[in-house]
Amino acid sequence: MPVLEADGLVKRYGERAALRDVSLSASRGELVAVIGPNGAGKTTLLSILAGIQKPDEGSVSRAPAEIGWVPQQAAVYSKLTVAENLELFARLEKVDDPRSTVDRMLDLTDLRDRAGDQVGRLSGGNRQRVNIAVGLLGEQPVLLLDEPSAALDPRQRERVWGFVLSLAESGTTVIYSTHNIQEAERHAQRVLVLADGELIFTGSPRELGTAVGDGVNGGHRPPLQPPRAPPDFESAFVAFLRQRGH
Amino acid sequence: MRWLLLKDLRILRRSPLLVGLLVLYPVVIATLIGFALSRGPEKPQVAFVNLVPDSATEIELGGETIDVTRQAGPLFRAIDPVRVDSREQAIAQVEDGRVLGALVIPKDTTRKLQTGLEPAEVEVFYNADDPVKSSYVRDTIKAQVQDANSALTKQLAKAAVEYLNLIGTGGRFEIFGRELDVLGLERAERLLRKASTQLPPRSSAREDVERVIAFARLARDNLDLSDEVLSSVGTPISVKQTELDGGATPLSSFAVAIAVTVSLMFITLLLAAGSLALEREENAFLRLVRGLVSRTGLLLEKAGLAAVCSTVVCLLMLAGLGLFVDLRWERFPLWVAGVGAGALAFAAMGLAVGALTKEVRAASLLCVMLSLPLTFLALVPSGSVSPLLYDLVRVVSAVFPFKPTLEALDSALNDTGGIAGPLAHLLALFVAFGAASRLALRRFDG
Repeated sequence: MPVLEADGLVKRYGERAALRDVSLSASRGELVAVIGPNGAGKTTLLSILAGIQKPDEGSVSRAPAEIGWVPQQAAVYSKLTVAENLELFARLEKVDDPRSTVDRMLDLTDLRDRAGDQVGRLSGGNRQRVNIAVGLLGEQPVLLLDEPSAALDPRQRERVWGFVLSLAESGTTVIYSTHNIQEAERHAQRVLVLADGELIFTGSPRELGTAVGDGVNGGHRPPLQPPRAPPDFESAFVAFLRQRGH
Repeated sequence: MRWLLLKDLRILRRSPLLVGLLVLYPVVIATLIGFALSRGPEKPQVAFVNLVPDSATEIELGGETIDVTRQAGPLFRAIDPVRVDSREQAIAQVEDGRVLGALVIPKDTTRKLQTGLEPAEVEVFYNADDPVKSSYVRDTIKAQVQDANSALTKQLAKAAVEYLNLIGTGGRFEIFGRELDVLGLERAERLLRKASTQLPPRSSAREDVERVIAFARLARDNLDLSDEVLSSVGTPISVKQTELDGGATPLSSFAVAIAVTVSLMFITLLLAAGSLALEREENAFLRLVRGLVSRTGLLLEKAGLAAVCSTVVCLLMLAGLGLFVDLRWERFPLWVAGVGAGALAFAAMGLAVGALTKEVRAASLLCVMLSLPLTFLALVPSGSVSPLLYDLVRVVSAVFPFKPTLEALDSALNDTGGIAGPLAHLLALFVAFGAASRLALRRFDG
């Protein structure tokens, strides 16, 4: 039973089509990665799913209020403390008990010892964790993450992904965009490949590996076997896109 | 919305440097503008018409012939006279804003000076819509008329004293080409005293003559004091002042209105624009309008925050200025109305600026770049530019809140006319800029 469905999404900016007839669905607790080169339409797709932009055509099965959204750049107030940010957005979300929700989020994000620090003084990783925590305050069944690990160092990235995986394990459906192919391959259960607004692939990372292998070796290469050297996979992915005219 | 408001106040509280600058900067600017405005132009342009016929410019006073037109010399050094042919032309020049004031010398001026029976009256017209200009023109002409009065008074007093001496001591006096011998009180006393010795010692006629002799002595003694009295009370020329438009605002109160308007403008614009731009700078805007708060609600919250904060600061400023300048506290409710309406209009304008920018710094810079020229445009004196350019200046000033706020505050502080017009103007600007900022918010989408 899909938790979220989108059907025939089309978005145009003037003459340019940012999304062309994109459909998708996601189940409870599923981790879905949306990958593709810059300008492929990843952020546009997530913005439409989040209700920030309206599609020119197509529909989304859930209202924006039922979907948590975490933008790429931290959307929190740097002059407020971690706890104040969480409390502000909890009150704006009209959650039943804002203070206990804040407590729970501080534990969940492992930020209790930084609760009184102004967000502007936190590291990029911690700031992103606050950003994600704010997106979780409404406890919606679906969470959209727009490039959650962009601009983070490897250690910070690990902490953020540990947190996101724990959310999925607890039943939250997570759809995230990234241009880091390894991140999709490593964490996602399903991968959507967007190029020039067109959905050119839907399947598991293993199936993507097979498809990429097909693109490189004419279909005679064995399926992707992790771990493998990242540059090889990236080169293969680029070739895969080229082969499909992108 | 309450939580957003508390959030913004908390952010302001944690930015003491910003808040300090936000309050101090406009106060300094307002002080500088007020100081600059307290100085008038070097030579105001004044329309001048002399209706005295050429044949009647001279008068005889105290045995001297005075050319009245020469008395105007110092005045012409203090003003830039624009000579016109009639009283009507002079008034029209003031009404059109081509000159700051008009001075009319009526045709009967020299006749009145010559007879001395009533003061000669000169007419001064000025446009009272700008207290700075009208005050300067009024003061300049008043000072020059006082100088002329002083000179003429000496001549009049000298003439009067000569007449009085003639009455006291007698002598020769020429009138209409005939020379008369005036008896005088002194000689009359001598004659009466001589006549009284020829009357019987206890006759009633002698008693009456003695009383007349006593009166003549008393009158002569007191006439000796009259020259001092005459020189102190003489005012041969009086000035009749006519305001052609607007009220009569004391310059100090007008400077207060300007100072408060400038402060109100800066504080409100910077707060409204800055707080809205901050939502974009912190990337929180899209998160907020994604169902947490409506765009219109967000704009109202920012407008309310900026308007309330700046209104409180400016009312405190007025209270402080009230210690040094005589302000009418019984009009306090009108102060609140004027400041509040101005704050709302400035807040809406600030929101429009904030909606066009992505960063607080850019919003602040744009606010300063917009507000300074608008301030100076609104304060351009009517006589200092061509009528066409002045009309353009007035149109531009009407599109922004500075001028109507200044009018509302001037009216609230100084009772210079109805406040309803400026308040309605400000509310219209609030609605217009509010709609513009709502449209401009589309830049924040996506």
